[in-house]
Amino acid sequence: MTQDDRREGSRGPDPAVEDATPAAPAETGPDVPHAPPSEPRPTTSVTRRVLEDITSSSWLITVGAVVLAMVVGSVLILMGDTEVQATLGYLFQRPSDFFRESWRAISEAYLALFQGAVYDSQAPTPERRIRPLTESLTIATPLILAGLGLGLTFRAGLFNIGGQSQIVLGAIVGSYLGFALELPVGVHVLVVLLGCALGGAVAGAIPGFLKARFGAHEVITTIMLNNTSRFFLLWVLGTAAFASATPQVSPLLESTARLPLLMGPGFRLHLGFVLALAAAFLVWWLMERSVLGFRLRAVGANQEAARTAGMSVERSTVVSLALSGLLCGLAGAMLVAGTEWKLTSSVAGTIGFDAITVALLGRNRPVGTVLAGLLFGALAAGGRIMASRAGAEAELVTVLQAVIVLLIAAPPLVRAVFRLPDPAVIRRRREEVAA
Amino acid sequence: MTAVVTETEDTAVVKPRSVTRPVVGFGLIAVVAVVLILTVPPGDARVQLTRGPEALQIPLMTLPATLAVGVPAAIAAVLAVVALVQVLRTRRTVPMWLTVAAGGFLLLAFLVHLVSGKSSVLPLTDLLASTLFLATPLMFGALCGVVCERVGIVNIAIEGQLLGGAFAGAVVASLAGGNPYVGLVAAPIAGVGVGALLAWFSIRYQVNQVITGVVLNVLVLGLTTFFFKGLLTELDGWNDRSRLPALPIPLLSDIPVLGPVLFRQNLLVYLLYAIAITLHVYLFRSRWGLRVRAVGEHPKAADTVGIDVNRTRWRNTLLGSAIAGLGGAFFTIGQGLAFGIDITAGSGFIALAALILGRWTPSGAIVAALFFGFAAALSQSLRSFGVTLDSNIPLMIPYIVTLFAVAGFGGKVRPPAAEGIPYVK
Repeated sequence: MTQDDRREGSRGPDPAVEDATPAAPAETGPDVPHAPPSEPRPTTSVTRRVLEDITSSSWLITVGAVVLAMVVGSVLILMGDTEVQATLGYLFQRPSDFFRESWRAISEAYLALFQGAVYDSQAPTPERRIRPLTESLTIATPLILAGLGLGLTFRAGLFNIGGQSQIVLGAIVGSYLGFALELPVGVHVLVVLLGCALGGAVAGAIPGFLKARFGAHEVITTIMLNNTSRFFLLWVLGTAAFASATPQVSPLLESTARLPLLMGPGFRLHLGFVLALAAAFLVWWLMERSVLGFRLRAVGANQEAARTAGMSVERSTVVSLALSGLLCGLAGAMLVAGTEWKLTSSVAGTIGFDAITVALLGRNRPVGTVLAGLLFGALAAGGRIMASRAGAEAELVTVLQAVIVLLIAAPPLVRAVFRLPDPAVIRRRREEVAA
Repeated sequence: MTAVVTETEDTAVVKPRSVTRPVVGFGLIAVVAVVLILTVPPGDARVQLTRGPEALQIPLMTLPATLAVGVPAAIAAVLAVVALVQVLRTRRTVPMWLTVAAGGFLLLAFLVHLVSGKSSVLPLTDLLASTLFLATPLMFGALCGVVCERVGIVNIAIEGQLLGGAFAGAVVASLAGGNPYVGLVAAPIAGVGVGALLAWFSIRYQVNQVITGVVLNVLVLGLTTFFFKGLLTELDGWNDRSRLPALPIPLLSDIPVLGPVLFRQNLLVYLLYAIAITLHVYLFRSRWGLRVRAVGEHPKAADTVGIDVNRTRWRNTLLGSAIAGLGGAFFTIGQGLAFGIDITAGSGFIALAALILGRWTPSGAIVAALFFGFAAALSQSLRSFGVTLDSNIPLMIPYIVTLFAVAGFGGKVRPPAAEGIPYVK
């Protein structure tokens, strides 16, 4: 299986490394930590060592995956651009037209993507120029929270596909508390957040319980719950308790139940973004510094060993799925109390699935998840502007996300494309040198 | 060593098998059947058994409600009691046909109960026809799942393969001047494209199969929506409606009740029958099937006797994907619709559920898919026979049933042992 990893020639950063690359051991799962290279030895030069460390690092794989995804995206832009296709008709008479049009289509699309995601240089007022950045942060908020939750279960060795159901159930509970109750400022929004967290935690605990008690596979149960929650949401919206003037839309949340806006009414950015960052810190502390986190990681790393050491695999299954549900429920709160202020049938969009890719891209670590959430939030915000200004459909962004995550999950493929060295091989060679 | 073996054998003999869950299941069926009989409203029940122009027209049947509900309910109760006795006596799982028959008669009694004593009519043949209609793509998807999972490849990407097939079927049929049969060739090729990515990443690079499947679904949804908005809606002749014509089979299509349902269908549905029967026979009766199952259960043993594990996995993943792609065509050219965004709307996941509920066998998957199709058909026609239940509730039923099924009610569900585990020599 490793023939393709054998590199030919010396186009790579270091011929010696290339020759010493017989095979690349495969990475399985999203959670394979890249072991740090061993201590420096005086036998090789410092420059070469640093170069090796850089070219074999996992973040370069991420960069490579993003670059490859943009190449795929460029091809799609060309295929979707009618003017480029027009030049194909006389490609052999005047190829320059084709290349000029291609360059225009691709650069226009990616420029619009950037303008929509970060800084809009075309906007007339300074406020409108920075608005895209705040939009990106707003869209990233629920992605980060749900990604944190899913990443937590992935590290505990569980494939939680049920982010969607956990978000939906959280949103249902939270929105009801938001429009049905009348509470003072401050208390109300807290109640909504707690309700969302609780609703999500219940939706997460169900597959956890089914797995712990009956051994039901969590991939199946969470998928089933996702679909159940979709129809449950439609049913809830049809009941008298959620009825409003518009069919299939709940009443607006009381103003006391909404998350306060951070930058005034001109921007959608709300307090939830700060909460998401705080949640990332808490998750980091939980996983890296607490006993519970240690147990979860131990069960995720080796179930049998954890059981032998006296840990309850069943309890950690329920706890990690409930915690994930809690975080996903909070992501639901970001939607109903942060941006939408009402419950609709499409309130959760595809955030539950996007969050899976966010967690995978972030390698299930809190910092990585925050960065991945920001990237995907920026892509989503930019995609809208790209569609309106450059005519490239916003779904290009979905394709980019999928390609990035697929490639991140297969480091040997990215290494083969960019002729990057394999960290395992370097490590082995250094150990041989040391010995 | 020998002592250990004897010991485990002894405990295996002594330890009684837990029968609580099947007992609860069949007990429930019997109780519900009795409740149905006891609560029959006075009056008549009307059942419609014909649709369309079959040779033998059966007039609208009007039966006394006690009889129409009582007979199927009594049969269901008797079957459930038989199963109960068998479970308690032999302490083994009951054959699937018994479970299916008991459940089927209970459903029939329940449906007749709904219309009893009211002016509304139970359109039984129509209900069966729309059950098959709604179940067809699910059956294709579930059979794809059987082919893939039996070699140990978890295929979460069924949804993406269906969507890809629906897209390719519609576009190619339109570009070929509205010839649906050309689309029927293109659809499985699109499915194979998605399947090849799944196999490439999960076999060649040993990426987790669940991750690959989830991401591939996102990828296919993104690609088809991108091209739908960018090309299909802007260019003429790329997304026209074309429909596979119905090909009634002479004689067979004239059988009352079932004839028009089963044998007045298009080529795609007949292909489904062929694939299902072939798979069922070949998986359990042929050398190919034995090899496939060996690879899925114990790849190392299969490798030892000379079966190329990863090649078998590649082949089956591609074959399964072709089946799913073909099933995707049903959404567009099979129904005479143009392609639309996310036209499959989660069918691939229901197919996955059907596969599990059907215990990874072709016949079980077919029955489970039909059951899911029936739940969807019922939710569509509930209003027409005077029930004011929200239509979303029956739509939730398949998923909840699957939840219970994987939790082990109604017998232990066991996937192929090597499922999801990459094979490295």
